Amino acid sequence: MTSAKPAKPGPKRVAHQPSWLEKMTQDHVRAISGTLSALARRPIGTLLTAFVIGITLALPAGLNTLVANLGQAGDSLQGSLRASLFLNDDVSAERGAELAHDITRRPGVSSARYISREQALEEFRTFSGFGEALDILKDNPLPATIVVTPSAKQPQARTEALLKDLGTLPEVAQAKLDEKWLQRLYAILDLVQRAVMMIAGALALAVLIVVGNTIRLDIENRRDEIEVMKLIGAPNSYIRRPFLYTGLWYGLTGGILACLLVQAGVMSLVQPARQLAGLYDSQATLQGLSLNAAAGVFAAGLGLGWLGAFWAVSRHLRHIEPAI
Amino acid sequence: MADIIHFHRVSHRYDGGPQIISDVSFTLGKGEMAFLTGPSGAGKSTLLRLTALLARATAGQVVVEGKNLADIKRSQIPAFRRQIGVIFQNPSLLNERTVFDNVALPLLIRGHSGDDIGRRVRAALDAVGLLPKEKAFPLTLSGGEQQRVGIARAVVAKPPLLLADEPTGNLDPQLAMDVMALFMRFNEVGVSVLVATHAISLISRLPHRVIHIEKGTLEERRKAELMDKTHDFS
Repeated sequence: MTSAKPAKPGPKRVAHQPSWLEKMTQDHVRAISGTLSALARRPIGTLLTAFVIGITLALPAGLNTLVANLGQAGDSLQGSLRASLFLNDDVSAERGAELAHDITRRPGVSSARYISREQALEEFRTFSGFGEALDILKDNPLPATIVVTPSAKQPQARTEALLKDLGTLPEVAQAKLDEKWLQRLYAILDLVQRAVMMIAGALALAVLIVVGNTIRLDIENRRDEIEVMKLIGAPNSYIRRPFLYTGLWYGLTGGILACLLVQAGVMSLVQPARQLAGLYDSQATLQGLSLNAAAGVFAAGLGLGWLGAFWAVSRHLRHIEPAI
Repeated sequence: MADIIHFHRVSHRYDGGPQIISDVSFTLGKGEMAFLTGPSGAGKSTLLRLTALLARATAGQVVVEGKNLADIKRSQIPAFRRQIGVIFQNPSLLNERTVFDNVALPLLIRGHSGDDIGRRVRAALDAVGLLPKEKAFPLTLSGGEQQRVGIARAVVAKPPLLLADEPTGNLDPQLAMDVMALFMRFNEVGVSVLVATHAISLISRLPHRVIHIEKGTLEERRKAELMDKTHDFS
């Protein structure tokens, strides 16, 4: 204790008073760097928490990606949807082929192929497995058919109008669009989408609890520090801030990990998915998380991380009072 | 001289507990330094707690810096506490932070800039003679040094009022005297100081007023009486 006057007030006092905005910025920068270095000091614990959040977020994000892909596959299949025109039995093979040729030139038609009664019988014999049953029948029960492929890029309504138009041709007994199974697919996808929403809701709650509990333990561990802070008159917002940022970082890393996990899952499924699409004559390839979806996962991570931290902080911070 | 602390017929009991202090009235003038004495459990700490709004009076009025503490809402407590530097027997430092960072805390919460913090913290550490230890961690320091870090933290933001609760309790007589001298130096530059202590032999040599509290009630003593009492004990 050598110096003369302690903490001397007076002219030496620094004149520059930072503005409110400067103070705020400075406080936040300090909280950000403080929390980041605190988390970096225990990387294992941080990563474990982030992984729990990441996996929890990846589940609904992955399911959502799957549903989106199936929906897209359905759309692309609809493009290559085929209509069958069953011809009257009295239409000759020549007339049928001619008709198919005419139909091909109509607008909105991509291709039309004539299948004679005999060809139909052959195809049925080959592919159905009921070949022997057919031998019992005296007559060929199958009608001649023109398979029409509407062009892919027109709306559903135009395709239906075209089909109705073709149905009125005198040679055509019945026109049929094979869309029942597509409608079923869409109904199932709708159902799954709702289920995904519910799962996402439940898992969002799980993220809240994980972050809230982690922050609660953090608060418990830093009880002494909080007591000192309260004693020297730190504003509540100041004491809260590092915990809220910690929650944000957990949420953010969790979001990044979730995106990576979904992307990795998609990548491992690309090959088998291409094979499956090939079986349906579809060019559809498996799409990863869209930019929007990825942004959504980030936002969910950040929001839930912050909210979980806020929940813990507002529950536990007020009960800590300095004791002397 | 205006009063910085004014107790008017203050009583306090902790929830469900016995009355710790009853019907206590005293004042501390602005710029004054006084000692609060009395046996352990007499209510010295409670008096300081009431002053720093770490507890609220169950009866009577506590006025600090012209503000009736009963009117201060929970949300206003932090701003109120920033006017007071508090020092304990246990300096309650943050052991994982350096001496410098510990002393910087009150400036950080006030949003001072980095340069400013460096200047003020070093001035405060210089005042308590610990400038060479700024990068040390509290646990590597002696008890007396830790106590002085606590004092530096209490004064670094230049609060108008210093409260100290048994600041010399863990120190040998020479260090205790140094700490008291430190308080007197702060008092010389205008800081009001209230020190709770039972080091009667130490303060009997000092010229300041002594407020004596026993079994929760208060009596002001002249130093002669205190001297007699010390002799009785010895």
